[in-house]
Amino acid sequence: MTVAEAIVRCLEKEGVKVVFGYPGGAILPVYDALYHTSEIKHVLVRHEQGAVHAADGYARVTGKVGVCMATSGPGATNLVTGIANAYMDSIPIVLFTGQVPTSQIGTDSFQEVDITGITLPITKHNYLVKNPNEVPSIVKNAFHIASTGRPGPVLIDLPKDVTTATIDFKYPTTVKLRGYKPTYRGHPYKIREVAEIIRKSRKPVIYAGGGILSANAADELLQLAETISAPVTNTFMGLASFPGNHPLFLGMLGLHGTRYANLAVTECDLLIALGARFDDRVVLKLGTFAPNATVIHIDIDPAEIGKIINTHVPLVGDVKLVLKALIPLLERVDRSEWLERIKELKGQYPLTYRDEGGLKPQFIIEELCRLTEGRAIVVTDVGQHQMWVAQYYHFNEPRSLVSSGGLGTMGFGLPAAVGASMAEIGKQVILVTGDGSIQMTMQELGTLMEQRLPLKIFIMNNYSLGMVRQLQEFYHEGRYMATTFRFHPDFALLAKAYGIPGYTIQTHEDVGRLLPEILSAPGPAIANCLIPQEENVLPMVLAGKGIHEAID
Amino acid sequence: MNVAAIASVMNYWVEEAFWGMKHTLSVLVENKPGVLVRVAGLFSRRGFNIDSLTVGRTENPDVSRMTIVVEGDDKFIEQVTKQLHKLIDVIKISDISTEEYVDRDLVLIKVAAEPSQRVEIMQMTGVFRARVVDLGRKTITLECTGNEGKINAFEESLRPYGIKELVRTGKVAMLRGSKLSGEGEATGRKRGEE
Ligand SMILES: Cc1ncc(C[n+]2csc(CCOP(=O)(O)OP(=O)(O)O)c2C)c(N)n1
Repeated sequence: MTVAEAIVRCLEKEGVKVVFGYPGGAILPVYDALYHTSEIKHVLVRHEQGAVHAADGYARVTGKVGVCMATSGPGATNLVTGIANAYMDSIPIVLFTGQVPTSQIGTDSFQEVDITGITLPITKHNYLVKNPNEVPSIVKNAFHIASTGRPGPVLIDLPKDVTTATIDFKYPTTVKLRGYKPTYRGHPYKIREVAEIIRKSRKPVIYAGGGILSANAADELLQLAETISAPVTNTFMGLASFPGNHPLFLGMLGLHGTRYANLAVTECDLLIALGARFDDRVVLKLGTFAPNATVIHIDIDPAEIGKIINTHVPLVGDVKLVLKALIPLLERVDRSEWLERIKELKGQYPLTYRDEGGLKPQFIIEELCRLTEGRAIVVTDVGQHQMWVAQYYHFNEPRSLVSSGGLGTMGFGLPAAVGASMAEIGKQVILVTGDGSIQMTMQELGTLMEQRLPLKIFIMNNYSLGMVRQLQEFYHEGRYMATTFRFHPDFALLAKAYGIPGYTIQTHEDVGRLLPEILSAPGPAIANCLIPQEENVLPMVLAGKGIHEAID
Repeated sequence: MNVAAIASVMNYWVEEAFWGMKHTLSVLVENKPGVLVRVAGLFSRRGFNIDSLTVGRTENPDVSRMTIVVEGDDKFIEQVTKQLHKLIDVIKISDISTEEYVDRDLVLIKVAAEPSQRVEIMQMTGVFRARVVDLGRKTITLECTGNEGKINAFEESLRPYGIKELVRTGKVAMLRGSKLSGEGEATGRKRGEE
């Protein structure tokens, strides 16, 4: 069979159900092979960036590898932002790009671009296939590399003469990669040491990141926290890995974290970092982050350990397996004094907003949370609205927040929501976006309708690039350069053009009246929520300050 | 680009005072196109300075060995090593500077040499066990092999005559005794993993 047919067979063997993509000359042989399969659905997006984000959103909610396809040249370069996004958030994706025939590589031929070169720093690994016979093992390896260890995107570039070549197809059952052997089981000695340190701690805090979700370790996290009576704070990426309404939950920490999470970290004598990487938006100022704490760092990626902060006990391994081994060694210790202190901090510095001056975005998020019982899949874009979701939506189930953390990619939201909706896992999918972000990838409304997805879109419309406007307010004496919009389309009317019911929400009464209607309607909806321009995301740690010094 | 085909690349020196101790990393990599770019790219991307990097094939045609000299404190070297490990095509890394090893560098130097100075230069050549590989009307080209210190000294002693051109291969290195730095390469675990 042809290599193109072999690729489709490989995808079937990997259990791929959906592929997001956009065709073109160089990738045509693969599309022709897709024509003949009934097991794989191809979702035609409206821009290749949308294809990666959709594969990314699909991967985040399912835990499976997202798959994406594009043609050579501009098709491939349009993927770049999405690949970087997946790389920064460690999301497993396999991407196939068409390439000019091998004989033309290096000659600046039509729609030729060195996509493996371009994506070298933003892929976990990539391949430019030269030998048709290697394709099955390359695809096998790509899926393995993308989904194991610390996950990430893997790209396979396919010259047209390779995809049209014929080979004897045999899908390998094992992978042979002598340079790739992630460590899954934590060192037993180190695990005992960790248990001992935890036993001695009087004021522990668990700091849990996205690694908990990649490792599907939410149950173990809950068990750990309850066993040792330790409060849990999440990084932005870690949100939804711990129940949002649990008494031990501190919410998010860092730049826009809760005051009590930041203060608990400041006061703790032991910081247990699980699948987190001490990002600068969390640590802010090195010397003042967890200044009194012994630091235990458990992560699958050895390079994250000791990269930013000095770690007392490094433990490389899969966080689920490590916790499974650790929990039986732990004993219940009375930490009521510490928990009292946490309660006091929560009482003293609650997460609130002033309910005055128009329609409050925080209120909308709270209502969304209440009406969906914290069980919807919430996709966001990037900006203030993203932070309000992180603060006010209390996630109750793992993998229910889909958002761009590491790269902060505006325009991620809508296509990612399309991907999340395609996962069909029987949950309501909500997109909370901004008037800036939505206009970056708005064309995917076409994909949404074509696929008949019942996505509910809430645009937090402040007629501005709110998050940047806020920075200008704080750091540039309110000189609002290029952050306010003087024109917007009527988003409700725009919805209509796509055949999507459109709503405009202006008051708290509108919220009370329309939200239940929108959420319970069978199809998609777009709600244009007109919120005040001046609304800021608080608390906030100002530049140069430590996390204990937030303003609210 | 076939890695094994390249005898050596890159050889630039960094401000000595700024850095800590020099480390010599012996890195086994897949002999595949693009591997050199992956390694070099990683260094520049992460802001790691390469002192010298050489690459060539090994006793196994599928595997190449890179000898990378970097300067920095232990924490820095740990990051370099860990980041290198993340490259799928990197098979094994050993910091051989923590053990006894032999290392060699080769230099070609073209020195200005009026006929009257030739004898003096030839004598110098003898002291360093260097060889004359070419003679021009006004220049003489010398070859010298040795460890870094020796090559540096050779270079210094020729400087007064006027060095017209100089090229160094960069360091290659190997552990002393019967110990192998490529030991268990096919099945081996990467260092730094637990
Ligand atoms: C692609 C991209 N360009 C620029 C930015 C910088 N940026 C971060 S937040 C933001 C404003 C987002 O505006 P909007 O989507 O309206 O959300 P809001 O902050 O108003 O809630 C901008 C421009 C970015 N994150 N991504």
